[in-house]
Amino acid sequence: MSIPTRFTRRDFVATASVASAGLVVAFYLEGCAPGEALPVVTAKPNAWLRIGSDDSVLIVVGFSEMGQGVATMLPMLVAEELEADWSKIRIEFAPADAAYNNPLFGFQGTGGSSSTRAAFTPLREAGASARELLIAAAAKDWNVPASECHAEKGSVVHAASNRRARFGALVATAMTLPAPAKVPLKDPKDWTIVGTRTARLDTPLKVNGAAIFGIDVRVPNLSVAVVARSPVFGGTVAKFDASRAMAVRGVKKVIQISSGIAVVADGYWPARKGREALDIAWTEGKNANVSDASIAALFASKAKGPAARARHDGDAAGAVGRAATKLEAAYDAPFLAHATMEPQNCTAHVRADGVDIWAPTQFQTGAQGLGAAIGGVTPDKVKVHTTYLGGGFGRRFEMDFIQEALEISKAIGGPAKVVWSREDDIQHEYYRPASHHRLTAGLDATGQPTGWTHRVVAPSIMARVFPQTVQNGLDTETVEGAVEMPYAIPNVHVDYAMADTGIPVGFWRSVNHSYNGFVVESFIDELAHAAGEDPYEYRRALLAKAPRHLRVLELAAEKAGWGTPLAAGRGRGIAVYKAFESFVAEVAEVSVASGGAVHVHRVVCAIDCGPVVNPAIVEAQMQSGIVYGLTAALYGRISIDKGRVVEGNFDDYPMLRMSEMPLVETHIVPSTDSQGGVGEPGTPPVAAAVCNAIFALTGKRIRALPIGKVV
Amino acid sequence: MAPISLQVNGTSHQVDVDDDTPLLWALRDNLGLTGTKFGCGIGACGACTVHVDGVATRSCVTSVAQVGVKKVTTIEGLTSRRERAVQQAWIAEDVPQCGYCQSGQIMAAAALLKENKDPSDADIDAAMTNICRCGTYQAIRAAIHRVARGG
Repeated sequence: MSIPTRFTRRDFVATASVASAGLVVAFYLEGCAPGEALPVVTAKPNAWLRIGSDDSVLIVVGFSEMGQGVATMLPMLVAEELEADWSKIRIEFAPADAAYNNPLFGFQGTGGSSSTRAAFTPLREAGASARELLIAAAAKDWNVPASECHAEKGSVVHAASNRRARFGALVATAMTLPAPAKVPLKDPKDWTIVGTRTARLDTPLKVNGAAIFGIDVRVPNLSVAVVARSPVFGGTVAKFDASRAMAVRGVKKVIQISSGIAVVADGYWPARKGREALDIAWTEGKNANVSDASIAALFASKAKGPAARARHDGDAAGAVGRAATKLEAAYDAPFLAHATMEPQNCTAHVRADGVDIWAPTQFQTGAQGLGAAIGGVTPDKVKVHTTYLGGGFGRRFEMDFIQEALEISKAIGGPAKVVWSREDDIQHEYYRPASHHRLTAGLDATGQPTGWTHRVVAPSIMARVFPQTVQNGLDTETVEGAVEMPYAIPNVHVDYAMADTGIPVGFWRSVNHSYNGFVVESFIDELAHAAGEDPYEYRRALLAKAPRHLRVLELAAEKAGWGTPLAAGRGRGIAVYKAFESFVAEVAEVSVASGGAVHVHRVVCAIDCGPVVNPAIVEAQMQSGIVYGLTAALYGRISIDKGRVVEGNFDDYPMLRMSEMPLVETHIVPSTDSQGGVGEPGTPPVAAAVCNAIFALTGKRIRALPIGKVV
Repeated sequence: MAPISLQVNGTSHQVDVDDDTPLLWALRDNLGLTGTKFGCGIGACGACTVHVDGVATRSCVTSVAQVGVKKVTTIEGLTSRRERAVQQAWIAEDVPQCGYCQSGQIMAAAALLKENKDPSDADIDAAMTNICRCGTYQAIRAAIHRVARGG
């Protein structure tokens, strides 16, 4: 693929092309005359690296930093091979450009716990190519063989003559040289940066208020808009009267856009007051009677109807029917909101000659395409400025907030920032799909499982986002983790019945693994108890041929002291699950207060994610994923009544806080196996680990989330 | 309506807003101090925490009229040695993930540590009620203890 890329940074004066590895390493000199355009570079560029004559190393981060640490881990990959001086590393977020496409997606987007995996080889290659080019430059300057030179800590060294040159001093010569041949990457045993607990590059900016999130963007003549959207999903504006809103001091305009009525003002507060003063009549549409009860009835009917087969080994129904012991269970998981700490927002400026979008987005090329469509310009005229994201969790893969900013800016003829209130954010979401599950299993006389069936009933995200991937009624993502149920059971049947509820659904941290992890790891626990066996040992025996599952399971059990006595009133539960190519086991230790409140005291986590780039960030992501899943398990529920979301803010959609935080201990399996992600895999097992602990303690099996009070 | 005078980070500012405007929005939209964050608008999450006369205060539910002549300190205005020590501890523990709530967390912690130089875990649980959706609580707790130990 050959994609032209035009660099327009004012301080670029030249590029040097390293064609061999399909890379472009761009060099620039500080202090040169501004305004010089660069030539168009073709040949599949990966323009990730710029080295300045001031020895600065600028790494362009093509993924969105939403807390998961890409803005540190990606530079670590480059710096490792470049032999850079880490203190000189700076970062910049990439513009929307196919050069920065996620190779696992084919577009520029951050999700699926994919960033570090996707960048692992290309970014090291980018660093290695640049290093060899700098070595070649030094060799030429010194008239010595390149093979006698090496790079270390931001310099090239010729030991025999005791010469040393900083990278910046080599830029001018490097620009004149041909590309080196394909450069071999360092042996992992020689890594000095990758694999270390390198401090995050974004921390200093995040402790003094200087980090700019989307909501912080300020441009000249900026208007701020708040939008009134239909309280019922799919509803439309029947009529509205803006006169009272226009009377609010600071309100400038009231306009209709595709999602509702936008009040445009000097700032957020007048816009909010203006919205409260709007008179709007809504046409509620076809979802006006959707409720939790109607959704439950739909799910129940789909549980009995036809379904798309997702896995079919042997004769599971027959095996269960003939079994000495039969188990049957229904599980439920609710809709969930992402509740990013930063409410949705976007700033846009639509002009005749181009469009600027400043957004906390996980989907840059999507934003660019939308900007082009609404702005009536070609995509190359749309500049996407990715800010820091105040949480993503999949919510910012959506573009509803970007579309609003674009429409408002276009309508008012100036820059506009749309800001959502927390209630807007909770009530106008793309929710984690609610789901209903029917499972059966059969055990033989020794307690060994002979058959397992699992019916997943849920709305489909892919039917909206990538409908071409849904074949014969099967959205394979809805059964992720259910199909890969890892236990050695000879007869297995998994199927899926799509249930469109009218409630919008989207990608929520760990997506459908979030419910399948709960269901599969709870039901296998039921099997263990039915067999009269220890749930850890039962799993262990059934995972004999699943070595990576087994390794994390054993490590978590060992570190948690599985089998050792617990303090009075405590229970322990275990779960193991693979998601996003990483393997995670968690042991939860819980107590239940006399009023039924569940407290999780400790979670011991073991992860095998293959080669680790930054263990401190892996640990942080395990804590984060566990808190996210635990919050949902304990409290998370979006309820629907008359086509509307009932909850609206943190008072009725509560979040885990400091006083409820368990001690999380993470143990990383040293691994050279294939690499997995870390942003999401910590989330799926935690609900099951906690519910299994509650069962161990109380004998009460939790089959519907949230857990709420256990009485 | 006459502009309202606000004392922020040691400087007097005039803001031309209605009396009922939350301090949060005067800081962000009128004074450009965007380090203080909007999270919920009901005082539930603490992302908007600032100090008003030294007391941790949720600025999203505190109007400019209520603030009056009191001294407001935002994350941008932390200057004392003790306040800087909180930020340094946050760096040493590499606390932030997405970072959005951390201004509020640091303001809450700085207020706690001013009153209680060596808070217990129970003291931290009671005082640190701010929400962190990334789940950095363990690191926040460690950072607060680090300050108490003297960095």
